[in-house]
Amino acid sequence: MNDVLDTAWVLVALPLAGALLLLTWGKESDRFGHWIGTAASAASFVWGVVLFVALAGRDAGDRSVTTNLFTWFDAGRVRVDMALTYDQLSALFVLLITGVGTLIHVYSIGYMADDPRRRRFFAFLNLFVASMLTLVLAADYLVLFLGWEGVGLASYLLIGFWQHKPSAAAAAQKAFVMNRVGDLGMVIAIALMLAHLGTTDIDRVATGVPALSQGVVTALGLLLLLGACGKSAQVPLQAWLLDAMEGPTPVSALIHAATMVTAGVYLIVRSSAIFDASETARLAVVAVGLVTLLVGAAIGCAKDDIKKALAGSTMSQIGYMTLAAGLGPAGYAFAIFHLVTHGFFKANMFLGAGSVMHGTGDDVDMRHYGALRTAMPITFFTFAAGYLAIIGFPGLSGFWSKDKIIETAFGFNVWVGLGTLLGAGVTAFYMTRLMVMTFLGRKRWRDGVHPHESPAVMTVPLVVLAALSVLGGVMLLGHWITDWLAPVVGEAHHEELPVPAIVLTLLVLVVVVAGVALAWATYGRREVAADAPADREVGWWTRAARHELYGNAVNDALVVRPTGQLVRGVTAFDRQVVAGAVGGLAGLFRDASQGLGRLQTGFVRSYALVLFAGAAALAAALLAVTIA
Amino acid sequence: MNEIPAPVLEWDLIAPLMVLGAVAVVGVLLEAFVPRGPRFVVQASVAVAGVLAALGTTVWTATRVDVLDGEVLARGQVAAEGALSVDGPALFTWGLLLVLALLSMLLFAERRLGGGLSAFTGRAADAPGSPGEAEATRHRLEHTEVFPLALFALLGMMLFAASTDLLMMFVALEVLSLPLYVLCGLARRRRLLSQEAALKYFLLGAFSSAFFLYGVALVYGYAGGFGLAEVADAVASRTQERPLLLAGVALLAVGLLFKVGAVPFHSWTPDVYQGAPTPVTAFMAAGTKAAAVVALARVLLVAFGGAEWDWQPAFWAVAALTMLVGAVGSIAQGDVKRMLAYSSIAHAGFILVGVVGAQGGDGVTSVSSALFYLTAYGVATIGAFAVVMLVRDASGESTDLETWTGLGRRAPWLAGAFALFMLSFAGIPLTAGFIGKWGVFSAAWAGGLWPLVVLGVLVSAVAAFFYVRVVLTMFFDEPRPDGPLLAVPGAMTTVVVTVAAVATVALGVMPGPVLDLAQQAGAFVR
Repeated sequence: MNDVLDTAWVLVALPLAGALLLLTWGKESDRFGHWIGTAASAASFVWGVVLFVALAGRDAGDRSVTTNLFTWFDAGRVRVDMALTYDQLSALFVLLITGVGTLIHVYSIGYMADDPRRRRFFAFLNLFVASMLTLVLAADYLVLFLGWEGVGLASYLLIGFWQHKPSAAAAAQKAFVMNRVGDLGMVIAIALMLAHLGTTDIDRVATGVPALSQGVVTALGLLLLLGACGKSAQVPLQAWLLDAMEGPTPVSALIHAATMVTAGVYLIVRSSAIFDASETARLAVVAVGLVTLLVGAAIGCAKDDIKKALAGSTMSQIGYMTLAAGLGPAGYAFAIFHLVTHGFFKANMFLGAGSVMHGTGDDVDMRHYGALRTAMPITFFTFAAGYLAIIGFPGLSGFWSKDKIIETAFGFNVWVGLGTLLGAGVTAFYMTRLMVMTFLGRKRWRDGVHPHESPAVMTVPLVVLAALSVLGGVMLLGHWITDWLAPVVGEAHHEELPVPAIVLTLLVLVVVVAGVALAWATYGRREVAADAPADREVGWWTRAARHELYGNAVNDALVVRPTGQLVRGVTAFDRQVVAGAVGGLAGLFRDASQGLGRLQTGFVRSYALVLFAGAAALAAALLAVTIA
Repeated sequence: MNEIPAPVLEWDLIAPLMVLGAVAVVGVLLEAFVPRGPRFVVQASVAVAGVLAALGTTVWTATRVDVLDGEVLARGQVAAEGALSVDGPALFTWGLLLVLALLSMLLFAERRLGGGLSAFTGRAADAPGSPGEAEATRHRLEHTEVFPLALFALLGMMLFAASTDLLMMFVALEVLSLPLYVLCGLARRRRLLSQEAALKYFLLGAFSSAFFLYGVALVYGYAGGFGLAEVADAVASRTQERPLLLAGVALLAVGLLFKVGAVPFHSWTPDVYQGAPTPVTAFMAAGTKAAAVVALARVLLVAFGGAEWDWQPAFWAVAALTMLVGAVGSIAQGDVKRMLAYSSIAHAGFILVGVVGAQGGDGVTSVSSALFYLTAYGVATIGAFAVVMLVRDASGESTDLETWTGLGRRAPWLAGAFALFMLSFAGIPLTAGFIGKWGVFSAAWAGGLWPLVVLGVLVSAVAAFFYVRVVLTMFFDEPRPDGPLLAVPGAMTTVVVTVAAVATVALGVMPGPVLDLAQQAGAFVR
């Protein structure tokens, strides 16, 4: 088939080529390397738009195109094709990844202007974009896993980009190791597919699911959920995301807010056939989502580090998406909808935070901000757009997407619905807190800090993202997003709600207003202390939230310390027993070798004697065999 | 008066030998008639062209031999009045020898390294350190006879691999050996060591040739003929006088195992490999071994295949000893060339495992596995010695392993190539050596020789120890301030190292084509 949609590989190839070029080209490309990276991403975006238009121009039933590029490997019963599927779901992701990605590339030109390794930074960004596109375009779980690991690698490289900081290096390792735990789930799930279905092709797995036993399907679902938890920082694998903020801020915006961390949600939605077939797995997804959205929100309330507060918020919002994805066909489309709008407003706010840091000498403590409104007007207004969107101000993108999730959650179960409602209130609280502490109130600037607006190369992406945050809701017009995704994720059937939808919407608004009011009362009316109160001066709940609900302590006690013990034991065994045996053996051979060396006298007469003796021995041996 | 019948020669089958012999003779004439100035270049070019021509003829011949119908796959026929068997294994070996010789000729012709002079002495007749030697150097004299000598040795190797007649085999043995004795003594640097090596090689070689000849006589006494086919018939039909036969087998084997470099006939190897000019070492380490292994396999499997139960146990012991002594001996070596010599002994052992491992006389898998092993070993050996030529100090090559410390930091590509050859020797997957080892071991395993295979695998681990140690020394230790200078590699050496490295990787990653070729060579034709 000669089809423009068969060229989806170009989307991946462009940023991949960019990454290779930037990584292999020498110093002379330092001057313009960032432009190459940005151009590769932008070209991929343009191509994504072309493909999207072509896809939208087709009949609804004809919108999934799978292209087999080549057979990756063929091992008897198992055959894996390097195949890409371009359909409604991946099309949306392609636009999000390349669109937001390109804006962040542009922003980074300004943000990283003084960094001597800027070219390498852009190479990693390009590598990330290529991997993420592979992930969302893959038609096979193994190809998806390739992208999955690729984004993990890019994330590792970028979190630890400032490797001279021990904290950044440690954070990168932490993210990588914790993701391994999730990846283990993915690997076992893929192995299960191979064992039970003999294929890892996503479509063929989907059609094969009904033939599987309930236990296998549930196991598949739970394992994929484990993978999703790792990549999307969901409880219990959430702890790495806050540390990941050690990376440069554009990285936090692109990878740890807008795109990569949503890969788990994508995985669940893409595997809808598996989750549809297992009630238990779906319930687990809902539970994980609900817990994470509350935990993330709680963390967001207590952090004074602007990026960590936003990271908590990201966890919480992805919790919303995960929860929605767990609600089955009713929720898939809304999960994706929220994912996209969140991609806009959270990228916007992260870049805004980066702009604030840029203006205040890389200070991240909100207690040192205050009254930045006048000093950085563009950052303020764009950030405000993101703020209003995330708390669900009527009409803005977040309002539509979150409202739909809360509505669906109520349709599923009242308690789950109430949980999401509470989450909305807390979101309003911590975001208002952040907004107030940063932009309003009185100056608490440190000496020698003169906040200033960022250059245009940074503010223009902010403006674009702010506009998208405001207008993202149009995707819901006429149920476009649900209808668009219906062929991929299944038709949503309407749940009975305990109360009319409009009442629910009003209820959400009331809760949000309450959250805003509480935050205003706490932080807007009163003076914010320029130094954080010590742990013993605050209530236990604040203390717990500050310590990320002791997530690290739990990990430490459950995993890190036992593993450490095991490693020490194994190392001791290796040192004493294995190495001892090897060392002894090596010594033995060395002695034998020196003995042999002494036989090698260098005298030709002794060589001849050896030869003669050998000949005699050989003849004797041969004759002995016959006689015997 | 009795008429002497003219011998019937199948010119098309023995064309490669004819071409090579003719070129070698032309080389001798050139030596006499071409003026000294351009002589080196002319000789080198003629030698390379001759090898290429022979290679082309070999390919042409290979397409002309017939596939024989029989129990086992075989192709080719006996030619030249029953003296030569131009069969699959012989043709494969010819091709291999010619390719290895081509690479060696490039090393012979390298003149960039020694300040515009080749690795060979200017006037061999001068005493080392004498005024005459200095004069020869000043006049930039060079022994250009090395090219025809090498071509004659190559001709001997090709004859050796194809001989199916014991007398022919003896002649081939001498044709291959005599030029090599001379070549060994022609080093430009460390001439005493070189001359000592040549003398040792000659004395021990002559000694082993005597054994071989005595063996021929005994076997003739038993079988009443020199042809391997006649011997095989006699082995199959005669039951008396077994001791005579077995004594003959033992003495024949001494001569062959000497050339293979098997224990206990290996003593010459370290001294000669170390003393000989490095290009010569590369040539004989790769070439002689290939020719001798094929000749040994031919004698054992064709002539004495019927008596294999009698001779196999002794050869298993030889294979096991060879592997062990080669691997263990190399551990304590501090000289790169000696280390490579011991390594070549160990490899002889591994190949012998494949050769003597096969049962039932068909030997298809064992011969083809040995052929592939020889290919893998040959290219890596020539590559390794080519690298040795490049690591130099003021007095020539710097072969002390200590001075190679940290070489990887100073010459990453060169050290990387050497590391690659070491890994191939160690049999690490994705290198040619791995496929080679896998081939000989699986052939022996199929023959039921699992104890030898287990020993072989264990010895491989011991061998890996010192190969990896070289890699560690080069890459993980700090370079010494007084480390050797690195010569700027000339085009010839660069080509050799590159080709060898590429071939080592290619044979490891995609062994298919060459493995198929080795398998299609089939069995020996008697």
